[in-house]
Amino acid sequence: MPKDRAFDHPVSSEITPRQVVLDRRQLMRGAAALAAVTALPLRAQPARPGKLAPLPAAKTLLAGAQTMDKPTPYADATSYNNFYEFGTDKADPARAAGTLKTRPWTVVVEGEVRKPGTWDIEALLKLSAMEERVYRLRCVEGWSMVIPWVGYSLAELVKRVEPTGNAKFVQFVTLADPAQMPGLRSAVLDWPYVEGLRLDEALHPLTMLAFGMYGEVLPNQNGAPLRLVVPWKYGFKSGKSIVRIRFLEKQPKTSWEAAAPSEYGFYSNVNPQVDHPRWSQATERRIGEDGLFAKKRPTLMFNGYEAQVGQLYAGMDLKRFF
Amino acid sequence: MSDGSLNAFGRGALPLGPRSPRVAAGNRWLMHRAAKPLLFVAALLPLAWLVWGAYADALGANPAETLIRSTGDWTLRFLCLTLVVTPLRQWSGWQALARLRRLLGLFTFFYGVLHFLCFAWLDMGLNLQAIVRDITKRPFILVGSAALLLMLPLAATSFNAAIRWLGAKRWQALHRAVYATALLAILHFFWMRAGKNDFAEVAVYAAVLALLLGWRLWRRFAKPAQRMNPGSHSASG
Repeated sequence: MPKDRAFDHPVSSEITPRQVVLDRRQLMRGAAALAAVTALPLRAQPARPGKLAPLPAAKTLLAGAQTMDKPTPYADATSYNNFYEFGTDKADPARAAGTLKTRPWTVVVEGEVRKPGTWDIEALLKLSAMEERVYRLRCVEGWSMVIPWVGYSLAELVKRVEPTGNAKFVQFVTLADPAQMPGLRSAVLDWPYVEGLRLDEALHPLTMLAFGMYGEVLPNQNGAPLRLVVPWKYGFKSGKSIVRIRFLEKQPKTSWEAAAPSEYGFYSNVNPQVDHPRWSQATERRIGEDGLFAKKRPTLMFNGYEAQVGQLYAGMDLKRFF
Repeated sequence: MSDGSLNAFGRGALPLGPRSPRVAAGNRWLMHRAAKPLLFVAALLPLAWLVWGAYADALGANPAETLIRSTGDWTLRFLCLTLVVTPLRQWSGWQALARLRRLLGLFTFFYGVLHFLCFAWLDMGLNLQAIVRDITKRPFILVGSAALLLMLPLAATSFNAAIRWLGAKRWQALHRAVYATALLAILHFFWMRAGKNDFAEVAVYAAVLALLLGWRLWRRFAKPAQRMNPGSHSASG
């Protein structure tokens, strides 16, 4: 080699002729188009499981709301649940949630809003156009799923109730009825289960009010008739079977924060760099996909939604605000 | 240990008396040639079920978690069974139960090793660095590892010749380490569930172990006259 080491000039014989590059691009374009055409019918409407009432939805147009990861089998997504109101074992909700009555159902909106009131579930179902969004779901316990949710951005509801200038946080209160929920007998948590978001998090278009999954209404064990889905936070932030939404000036306590403040913080953003005190959060096991002896896959910052939500936390020490 | 207990067998001082037909029948049963092989096979059934479940995809949505938790559960169950032998023997007069204790103890160790292997393989991907980091960083894993490590010398000296080499006294003193294993094991389980405040199952095992260890303390410190059969005190352990 001559002295010029700053830049390795290619030998001219190694430069790919222009026509070859162009031909190749054309070929790739054709292949991509072909793949898109053949894959479209499969992707657009994954086969409905046929267990519950259909909930038709259009594919979302929101950027980043349609992961290409393979959806988790419906049987796994509906049999492996954390819904402590129906028991602490993951098989409990599927077994015990049959007692949940999802009609009639109302959601009270109150606090720092100009239009407080009680919303009937039927009104909420018609509030905005239903979209299907395929989100990754990362549980704080170190496993993950991919769920095709049906619903719309929570922001649609927030805008309609008109938060006042004092509203800085949103609290979600979920159902706690001992007659329907056998798990309430145990003192695992203070009931009702409450969760919260900062107002800007609640307004982020990815934050979703979900009424269905896999093209059908939500199964009871997955939080029927409506739940929150915040894909960049650990799963427990997405409250199930919501009955009350409060707009607050001060940051509300959340159930897990109250139960174990050193383990669960208010933000609980998926973060591979901040370990849970009892296990690493650097990797995860994809339910229904990764084999028993497969290496666990790396967990992504903000569960892979950093491009969409990273700016919400600009300048924040995420180790402190975990 | 089984030596001493078997010597005690038939020496009298049994609550129901050695001649009680029920007790005698129980002992005959336990002395049967097939008793140990039967227990051996029975003790392998949980493993057989887990292996079949893993193969047939019948362990739920997260088979790795099921395997790790089930092997831990079975370690605790075998630990309780091992520790129940002596009190049950004293209480029932079925002295021949003592011959099954070593087998149960070894199966406790066996399931403990499986539990560790499942953690190391399924959770840590056999990454030695990750395993060491996890053990040193997380108290509940450290405590669980210590419980398992404490069982190692016990398993290694479980054969008859080891009792002779060590002498019965020293051997027995060594094997009292199982009480420490019991305490560490329940602490491991407690800490594992602590974050979720979910202590229902922990409480069951803790109660059983507290009863079994408490009975031994009571035997040791209560006045001899209050004990049911002081004759076989030396065989308790």
